[in-house]
Amino acid sequence: MNEGYKLYHPKWHRRRMPIFWWLRRFSYVKFIFRELTSLAVLYAAVVLMAQIWALSRGEESYRRFTELLGHPLVLTFNVCVCLALLFHTVTWLNLAPRALVVRLGQRRLPDAAILAAHYLAWIAVSAIVVWGVGR
Amino acid sequence: MAETITLEIRRYRPEERAEPYWQSFEVPLRDEWMVLDALNYIKDQLDGSLSYRWACRMGVCGSCGMKVDRQPVLTCATYLSDLLPGPVRIEPLNGFPVIRDLVGDLGDFLDKLGTVSPWIVRAEEKPLAEGEYLQTPEELAAYKQYSMCINCLLCYSACPIYEIEPGFVGPAALALAQRYNMDSRDQGAAERLDSLSQDHGIWACTFVGECSVVCPKDVDPAGAIQRYKLTAMTEWYKSILLPWRNR
Amino acid sequence: MTGRRSNEPFFWSLFSGGGMVAALTLPAIAILLWIAIPLGVLPGPTHERLTAVVGHPLTRAALLGVIVLSLFHWGHRFRFTLYDGLQLHHLFGLIATICYGGAALLSLAAAYLLWSF
Repeated sequence: MNEGYKLYHPKWHRRRMPIFWWLRRFSYVKFIFRELTSLAVLYAAVVLMAQIWALSRGEESYRRFTELLGHPLVLTFNVCVCLALLFHTVTWLNLAPRALVVRLGQRRLPDAAILAAHYLAWIAVSAIVVWGVGR
Repeated sequence: MAETITLEIRRYRPEERAEPYWQSFEVPLRDEWMVLDALNYIKDQLDGSLSYRWACRMGVCGSCGMKVDRQPVLTCATYLSDLLPGPVRIEPLNGFPVIRDLVGDLGDFLDKLGTVSPWIVRAEEKPLAEGEYLQTPEELAAYKQYSMCINCLLCYSACPIYEIEPGFVGPAALALAQRYNMDSRDQGAAERLDSLSQDHGIWACTFVGECSVVCPKDVDPAGAIQRYKLTAMTEWYKSILLPWRNR
Repeated sequence: MTGRRSNEPFFWSLFSGGGMVAALTLPAIAILLWIAIPLGVLPGPTHERLTAVVGHPLTRAALLGVIVLSLFHWGHRFRFTLYDGLQLHHLFGLIATICYGGAALLSLAAAYLLWSF
């Protein structure tokens, strides 16, 4: 007999949310990875600022910056960051049709159309970036 | 096929033991049996003290939601033979205090459901003499998906934020809020937004998306919430940039 | 549960705008500027060339937009990741201040940098 139990006063069991709840299911792990890509976004913004700064300080400083970018450790790290950025892009664009619902009469615009529009936008913007830098 | 299958059930009997414990049962394995049939077999033949909820046994009432092998499902819609070789672990849904065995207290959900005003809100009721509210098929289609919710609360069990964030209203309640927001007969969108656009209200949602994955009725509460965030955002900007506008 | 409407929508709008901008621009920038050119796969622009492009007011405005929105995207998302992932309920205000404050400071730095380019 459980001595702590009071008749007519039920002790409901509330479980404590484990600290590492996000390790318990693969879908949660994917979710946390997706959220942590925000760190890659932060890094990219900061490096972009650093690159612009190096550019503004003159030819020598820009050359040194580019050399630093070519260092094998830096390059490897940047490849990882790039993969994270791609993961952010793909997961973000794939979720767009869930948030943007466009109705036409009784039907809604198929998810594939919204998705295609977003991916085309990605290609277009990337093309502008390449053109801007390469020109 | 094997003759029997083992079910490991999370028991909680506070009058006997302070902590929950696992208990194993051997049940016959029949082709057409659902997990619910196995639970009923246990209650009828093996241990009458087992407590759990069920009603329609055909996936429309939302009573029999439980975690089966760590996945929130409707036990009346899950084939036993799909879970071979077993043992099958059955636990109550996450996020709700357990009253006994597989029965959780759903009071928090019901309270939060009340806060979204899940009914048609009118500024002025149409007098009876004017007849019924008419709605085109297009207008129906706008909210129909969200009206399919059977309040089974599998989404609450799948949502980690519901368990972490005490103020979070939760997926089903928000999907139902949207069901009414998007109903052409309803005029309560502003009133609902006041109650929902609170710091830990809808904004606690981080689009994990598991709620929509487990929903047996394809309500897509995650999508409903994201659309609601967009609405709330535009309303916020309108209230800042066009403060003279009457709500 | 009535009360003043929260100002969360503002931060969410920065997060979602930043997420879209980051999703569309950053991969191309990263692959081009930090992988392809340093590796020598593509010829990099000369210092003169790049300075001219970046110096253009439109480019500077676009870069500012990308940087600021990306920073606030990080701030908002990371704040929730810490809050939910590690369940730091008691530190809600502190985390928000560090994340948004950090983003704001870096944004000011970026604005100054691009203004005086």
